[in-house]
Amino acid sequence: MDFGNDLDFLDQPEFGEPDFFTKAPIELMGPTLGLDIHQNEADFEEADINEDIGEIKSEGFCFKLAPDECPSEFARSLKHLGPKLADFKHGTTTLAFEYQDGIIVAVDARATQGAFIASNKVRKVIEINEYLLGTMAGGAADCQFWERYLAMQCRIYELRNSEKISIAAASKILADICYSYRGYGLSMGTMVAGSDLKKGAQLFYVDNDATRVRGQLFSVGSGSPFAYGVLDTNYKWDLTTEEAIALGIRAISSATHKDSASGGVVRVYHVNNQGGWTKIHDQLDVNEDHYKFENSKGLRGDGKEGFGKLKL
Amino acid sequence: MSIMDYNGSAMVAMKGKNCVAIAADTRLSQQLCTISQNMQKVFKVNDRCLFGLAGLATDVATYSKELKMKTNMYKLTENRDIKASTFTDLVATSLYEKRFGPYFVVPVVAGLDDKGDGEYEPVIASYDYIGCKEQSYFACAGTSQSFLYGVCESFYKEDMNPDELFEAVSQSLLAAMDRDSLAGWGATVYVLTPTEIIVKNIKTRQD
Repeated sequence: MDFGNDLDFLDQPEFGEPDFFTKAPIELMGPTLGLDIHQNEADFEEADINEDIGEIKSEGFCFKLAPDECPSEFARSLKHLGPKLADFKHGTTTLAFEYQDGIIVAVDARATQGAFIASNKVRKVIEINEYLLGTMAGGAADCQFWERYLAMQCRIYELRNSEKISIAAASKILADICYSYRGYGLSMGTMVAGSDLKKGAQLFYVDNDATRVRGQLFSVGSGSPFAYGVLDTNYKWDLTTEEAIALGIRAISSATHKDSASGGVVRVYHVNNQGGWTKIHDQLDVNEDHYKFENSKGLRGDGKEGFGKLKL
Repeated sequence: MSIMDYNGSAMVAMKGKNCVAIAADTRLSQQLCTISQNMQKVFKVNDRCLFGLAGLATDVATYSKELKMKTNMYKLTENRDIKASTFTDLVATSLYEKRFGPYFVVPVVAGLDDKGDGEYEPVIASYDYIGCKEQSYFACAGTSQSFLYGVCESFYKEDMNPDELFEAVSQSLLAAMDRDSLAGWGATVYVLTPTEIIVKNIKTRQD
């Protein structure tokens, strides 16, 4: 196929097929997709931060900076200047663990602004594409925006290379973004869980310090110490999928009970070893689960055993 | 986070006809971490008067004992129980005693004053932590205070009987606690009538 300098290829019937795109000259794809195309690895490495003219250009975006003597300092000090405003979302319990039949991802659904419960129905699992999931802890907007952007990058990789991106590479894209914005106050603690046909299900932890580690079991957020307690005592590699799902729910429910910044409902996803994921529970009320679990142990569930009516 | 929000609480009191109710959650926490689901926040002065303390748990324990001492002393010198309306003034003055080193508590008082002929005047009072008294149809305190004001405005009706009052207070408290991450984990409602004090634990969300 010869494309010349015009955009006639847009009208060709094969347009949109993965193979078609990989043969198109890369410079032409830029304007079509409305993107700055990364022609070499260096583009990924570091954002072009020009504080004199007040903007950060990176990844095809241009973020305006505050008209301040030191914009990066301003971004960092936002928390103190407007504590309520910058306190978007903090409390969270998210967890994910690998086991013999894939990965279980379970999250709570509470969003708090200070002590105020803004919502009990937040979606903290971001469905990046049909084989990648990302979890959300820290700044909701940061996680949502960059994981959606990661989805786009993964699709572009697929079009260019006619194969799916590896989970390692996908998580590295996110970590590289975090690295390039280091010190600008991004807030995200995320787990990237996905499945490719070569390596099966894989789990990575990525955060705003650009930490990126592969691991078997992670929990992120204010409720994570409580979740780790349940996970570490009950986790083993040979769990059946039913057991693994129950463990995920149990850990989140326990965490939401003790941690007041977590709560609402549990959402559970299963990432299989065959290159895909399924949603197991869209929303399970943690309160019902708590009472069910406590009752099964012969307890009341309200923690008032032996207290009866409060004395006056 | 303010010292007033360190332990978390939700407290509400409401007037009815010949009855009053006061309700509080039972949670004790250190900031975000729940420590206990059995904290007592409402205390009895006598058969006609109850008070609740929202705020810092250590001061709740201390100040409740101090009020107990003061009302006991009153009973010994006067040879009768303190009237609810008198108690509301006692609370105000004893808080102001500590004007320059205050207890971090917000009291809510609920009581009945005997008017004779089997009629009782419901008394509700709330304060700031240095003793500015405010009397109204209902009183709210704790970390859920602002949410409670909103729901109480809509649930309050004049001349409610004990059953209606219990319902209004419980629903107000439950609705407010669902929006406050620092309060909940169980709640107790006390309805004060001329003949009895009705105490009920209500089932709440545990997250």
